[in-house]
Amino acid sequence: MSLNLVFWIFGVVAMVSALLCITRKNPVSSALWLVVTLFAVAALFVLLDAQFLAVLQVLVYAGAIMVLFLFVIMLLNLGRPGPSDIKGPVAVGGGVLLAGALLFLLRPLSQVTLSSTITLPPGSVPALQLRQGIVGAVANPLFGTYLIPFEIASVLLLAAIVGAVVLAKRKL
Amino acid sequence: MLLSPALAISAVLFTLGVAGVLFRRNAIVIFMCVELMLNAVNLTFVALAQNIGVGGQVFVFFVMAVAAAEAAVGLAIILAVYRHKQSVSLQNMNLLRDG
Repeated sequence: MSLNLVFWIFGVVAMVSALLCITRKNPVSSALWLVVTLFAVAALFVLLDAQFLAVLQVLVYAGAIMVLFLFVIMLLNLGRPGPSDIKGPVAVGGGVLLAGALLFLLRPLSQVTLSSTITLPPGSVPALQLRQGIVGAVANPLFGTYLIPFEIASVLLLAAIVGAVVLAKRKL
Repeated sequence: MLLSPALAISAVLFTLGVAGVLFRRNAIVIFMCVELMLNAVNLTFVALAQNIGVGGQVFVFFVMAVAAAEAAVGLAIILAVYRHKQSVSLQNMNLLRDG
């Protein structure tokens, strides 16, 4: 099987499960279809030479974040059958129309060609990963060029921890 | 080259996320649609990183950190709202609407 065919298979899985995610009326099945999408996107990451990010995607998104979502859904007891939360036909029609317009605007993305002055020669990312290791290829710029954004991200996560505790606790 | 299919798939995923935000009422499902949009953008970053350089992959790392922080704080806000209103429907969250 060619790489392109495998890529499209995972891409179609991602798109179909994303569609199911936004159309299921039960939030639990929505969340589980989103997990399928995230796994398919992780597979696409592997095919695009980003193996470390694929592992992170499974660990952080499909693992931690989706467990948080499912935990809140269970905590609020939203999984029971009830009236659908999908808006009326007018709102759905408007939403589909606006989404179609957005897709039309994003259509040129699939025909984009990068100029040869900014592109690397093909195969240079796998060569870099062979030289520095798959983690090292991401870690070296992360702890070099992008050190200050990295530290700011750690402060952001600390603020998020404190904020989440303050918001979720009834009384401090 | 996988650039064009990757960008096409990410455009479709982003559009599906926007559509979900537009026609759902449940705040948690809308949050999941926002995560879907972030993932579509991550896919774009990774696809371009393959052609331009690993800087794009580093940026995906930051997007994931911000998404994790956003999910934690957002779900805490939804819990706090649920405690007040006994509902997570966005129709009931109209405290700031006039009239």
